[in-house]
Amino acid sequence: MTPQEENFMRKIEAEEKIEPKDWMPEAYRKNLIRQISQHAHSEVIGMQPEGNWITRAPSLRRKAVLLSKVQDEAGHGLYLYSACETLGISRSEMIEQLQTGKAKYSSIFNYPTLTWADVGAIGWLVDGAAIVNQVSLQRTSYGPYSRGMIRICKEESFHQRQGYEAMLALAKGSPEQKAMAQDALNRFYWPALMMFGPHDSESAHSQKSMEWKIKRETNDDLRQKFVDQTVKQIEVLGLEHPDKNIKWNEERGHYDSSDLNWDEFWSVINGNGHCNRQRIEHHVAAHDEGEWVRDAISAYNEKKRAKKAQNAA
Amino acid sequence: MTNITEKLELFEVFVRSKRGLDHKHVGSLHAEDHEQALEYARDCYTRRSEGVSIWVVKSADICASQEDDADCFYDPSDDKPYRHATYYVLPDPVNNM
Ligand SMILES: [Fe+2]
Ligand SMILES: [Fe+2]
Ligand SMILES: [Fe+2]
Repeated sequence: MTPQEENFMRKIEAEEKIEPKDWMPEAYRKNLIRQISQHAHSEVIGMQPEGNWITRAPSLRRKAVLLSKVQDEAGHGLYLYSACETLGISRSEMIEQLQTGKAKYSSIFNYPTLTWADVGAIGWLVDGAAIVNQVSLQRTSYGPYSRGMIRICKEESFHQRQGYEAMLALAKGSPEQKAMAQDALNRFYWPALMMFGPHDSESAHSQKSMEWKIKRETNDDLRQKFVDQTVKQIEVLGLEHPDKNIKWNEERGHYDSSDLNWDEFWSVINGNGHCNRQRIEHHVAAHDEGEWVRDAISAYNEKKRAKKAQNAA
Repeated sequence: MTNITEKLELFEVFVRSKRGLDHKHVGSLHAEDHEQALEYARDCYTRRSEGVSIWVVKSADICASQEDDADCFYDPSDDKPYRHATYYVLPDPVNNM
């Protein structure tokens, strides 16, 4: 190990954060850029399935809540893009990687939102799973990422609670409403579990990420946490658990559960989910439609510069 | 007698007390340029190892919101209590989410 590498590893082992101007191994930087940009893209693409329901929310209150939540997600995207930029990649490079499929985003957002109950299920389960992951990442070794996670976690609690509240209203409503809630739970439960990524044994980046403390807990451990906390929440809703094999294991102190459909997981990651194409097409279209704003900013800056130069002359 | 501080620029000083924490505003000082401001800040604000990193920013470069206008500046969020987690009343057994 070079002295630089030794110094870097000493910081990691001592639970000190790595800051943007510190020396870091190239692979650490790359690994972080991959993970943080993927996280940022997820926040941004994640606005689409929920945004789909803003105009159709069942009351003004629900509409205002959903609007606020989606607005928060845009903010989360911004925090994370900014954190990622401290590693020396530009915003436009990241956007390009997203739009060309070189960078991924969480595959949960490739599932369609078919009913209003899906919006409740997303807040409760998808944001719930994201929180489990993000709480753990507050202790990540890269300073700007860690501080971003702390900020985001403070804002996420409302996301999960509003979703659960919406589910509760449906679950305690008419038989049709209850059925709608059950259907949303059945469809979103499994993809929510897949958000934690493949089994540790199959995860390409996991080992190095753990060693460098980019990730603090393994995919399977985080998933187990989520499985455990969700059982009671389903019970309080009075809905049926989608996993017929869910069973308390006294010895492990955890719930045992069914394995996931990994073929579906890989297929959605590789672009064959319901909405993969639509999500990216929408992003490209929205980005293109904003071109005139970026043009106007450059034109205005150019004008100001010219004026300044003229005054100086 | 000329006041030397009038000839020098005012800098705001931010100190990171520990790796991983945010830089926090600790005060200001006069200096000739950025380099000198950093040295003065070190001597002035971190004499007891209060910091691991210092930022100095020209005070003139800081654009701040006006506290007098705070009422109307922040009022877009005044009527949005639903942005707070506590707004949602949930049954006790799941209220820890
Ligand atoms: Fe998130
Ligand atoms: Fe978020
Ligand atoms: Fe969220």
